[in-house]
Amino acid sequence: MKTDDLINALAAGIGPIDPRAPARRLLAAATAGVLLAAPLLLGLLGLNRQLAQATAEPMFWVKLAFVVAVAAAAFGAALRTATPGASLRQSGIGLALPFAMLWLLAAAALAVSSPAERTALLFGDTWLACPLNIALLSAPALLLALAAMRSLAPTRLRLAGASAGLLAGGLGAIVYTLHCPELAAPFLAAWYVLGMLIPTAIGAALGGRLLRW
Amino acid sequence: MKPALDVREDRLRDLMAAAQRGDAVAYCGFLRELTPFLRGWFRRRLQSLPDDVEDLVQETLLAVHNSRHTYDPAQPVGGWVCAIARYKMVDLLRARAGREALHDPLDEEGAELMSEAEPAAAEARRDLGLLLLQLPDKQRLPIQYVKIEGLSVAEAAQRTALSESAVKVGVHRGLKALAALIRRQR
Repeated sequence: MKTDDLINALAAGIGPIDPRAPARRLLAAATAGVLLAAPLLLGLLGLNRQLAQATAEPMFWVKLAFVVAVAAAAFGAALRTATPGASLRQSGIGLALPFAMLWLLAAAALAVSSPAERTALLFGDTWLACPLNIALLSAPALLLALAAMRSLAPTRLRLAGASAGLLAGGLGAIVYTLHCPELAAPFLAAWYVLGMLIPTAIGAALGGRLLRW
Repeated sequence: MKPALDVREDRLRDLMAAAQRGDAVAYCGFLRELTPFLRGWFRRRLQSLPDDVEDLVQETLLAVHNSRHTYDPAQPVGGWVCAIARYKMVDLLRARAGREALHDPLDEEGAELMSEAEPAAAEARRDLGLLLLQLPDKQRLPIQYVKIEGLSVAEAAQRTALSESAVKVGVHRGLKALAALIRRQR
């Protein structure tokens, strides 16, 4: 087939394109990922019985703001990595910001507490389960976000897989706040971050193969 | 006066914007104007593989088409196409290099796609028409009727006894499958 014939064929019978399609597909994947994580949370982990009291604590809202900010920034980064030629500089800043603020908060909390308190602030009661639970709850969103990414056009595959993974991690962490009793900033800075990095690493590892087109 | 590069960028962007609204004539013009630049861009970079240039041009045109929903009208069209072209070229080089380490020979500038046009088409080595025959009927026939014979979706639906949406899906999936076949053949 000659190149001119190919061009004629590609152009024949095209319809209009919705430029918001990439954002919609990622958003649909994110929404479905959260909806699928909810039964996992309720079935395997259960709601935090003290959730109502916890919402009276400002730190509960700081925690929620952190995980929402990570998910939102990762959504933006995923959308950029799915678009050929899009710059990622702003996405990087948007991603760094919530982590930097949480780590500052954690450092401040550790600085003003006694050595004995520090261990409790950092490890809480659930440090081991926390990253694993977040990774588990992020699994549906990870699969769906990678599937959505496959329908787009990522040109840096590992980066695209990693941002899909971080999006899933942020969403999993959002759902996990309904179970998790921990509110200390140092705990969040260590174990929530680790939990979100697990799907990020898996996404990066899978991306290189899975996202080729 | 604007530099020639910006004029071309503006013109291609206008054509692509019209194409996104479903204007097939503008889209045809967009692909037609793009092609010599793609050819020049690949030829400069693949001096040791001149026989692959036209195949890569065709593969990139198909990739541009298959990912046109990712074009953001606020973004320079040259940078968008360039990223796709670079991705397809690296993919080819990686497949050729096999297990050898591949050093990325590429620079990062996006807009330079349109610096040097190469209008003369060499013969493509791979015949997309033959590859098309490998697709299943529910993809091949919609592509044959709508894309190559220029029938309307409704006419193609009648001939294939498929629904109109099945014809559209068949075209869409078929062109993606065609791109996958190209990759598998390397």
